[in-house]
Amino acid sequence: MNAANEIWVYLAASPLIWLALTLVVYRGAQEVQRRGGGHPILNPVLISVAVLVVILTLTQTPYARYFDGAQFVHFLLGPATVALAVPLHGQLSRLVALWRPLAIALAAGSLAAALSAYAIAGLMGASLATQLSLAPKSVTTPIAMGIAERLGGLPSLTAVLVILTGILGAVAGDGLLKRLRVTDDASIGFALGVASHGIGTARAFQISETAGAFAALAMGLNGLLTSIALPLLLPWIARLLGH
Amino acid sequence: MISALALFLSLQLAGEVIRLALHLPVPGPVIGMVLLLAILILRGGPSVELRATSNGLLQHLSLLFVPAGTGVMLHMGRLGDEGVAILTALVISTLIGLAVAGLILHRLTRQANPDQTP
Repeated sequence: MNAANEIWVYLAASPLIWLALTLVVYRGAQEVQRRGGGHPILNPVLISVAVLVVILTLTQTPYARYFDGAQFVHFLLGPATVALAVPLHGQLSRLVALWRPLAIALAAGSLAAALSAYAIAGLMGASLATQLSLAPKSVTTPIAMGIAERLGGLPSLTAVLVILTGILGAVAGDGLLKRLRVTDDASIGFALGVASHGIGTARAFQISETAGAFAALAMGLNGLLTSIALPLLLPWIARLLGH
Repeated sequence: MISALALFLSLQLAGEVIRLALHLPVPGPVIGMVLLLAILILRGGPSVELRATSNGLLQHLSLLFVPAGTGVMLHMGRLGDEGVAILTALVISTLIGLAVAGLILHRLTRQANPDQTP
């Protein structure tokens, strides 16, 4: 018992166990989704996060210690984002030909998501700081946190809302769109990228490379658009809503 | 694989330098993505190796969000008293964003290329 305890104390303090656990849990989550016929509700991010939160809570492991190990996986987000240029290049001729519908869908989807979040939270009695933290939740975390800070929201609250938005879009997005008879991969991917950034883009790559490329484009452009448009539009919308 | 990773990391680094030098609101990796796209356009496409490494990374894009995603455990308490309002706004607005972007693009592209989209 003592020996086992000593081994645990040693391992829990090293990055190895948390890195290994991240990969093993993700592999298991992938297997769960595969056996479930690829159903989007069995999203591997959702399952992995849920399992890891339970394990960390039960073992009383602080998130910072877990991240010491998991950061090696997290770090790959940077090069993976750069790598999105390859599928984008593959769809380039279609993206150029469709620039006008893409721009309209981007502006409408982006503003609808941000402004409805702001307005609904306000109608339900949330504080202004909370409303401002919600508005940029559809864009990728570093951009969203920067916008929240500039608007006067709480960047750390925005960070959670961004993750929850991403998982929700990945879980519910293509089901909702199919119900609305949006059936082509380009539109599904683009909507996933506009509304739920990188996690939505990861889901889009599960559907097809076309969906993934359109999602990557939407994610990048929405980051740009939201960081420019939201600080300009929100004061105006706030006046309109009577704040 | 190594030369592709070296390229991705160098372009990410270049993106960070550009972001810091020009005070851009866009993250370094996104600028790196634009730089790589420009290189691919100039070169006429990715090498076999570049394509394979890119596919390898992007196939498991979901995995890369797990460490940051697990961070929700730190801040769930922040939802606090306003939890219901926040989650309601989050769910409805995300579904609205998905529906608006998806429906508009689908309608507009179906008009433009009636034979391309069923």
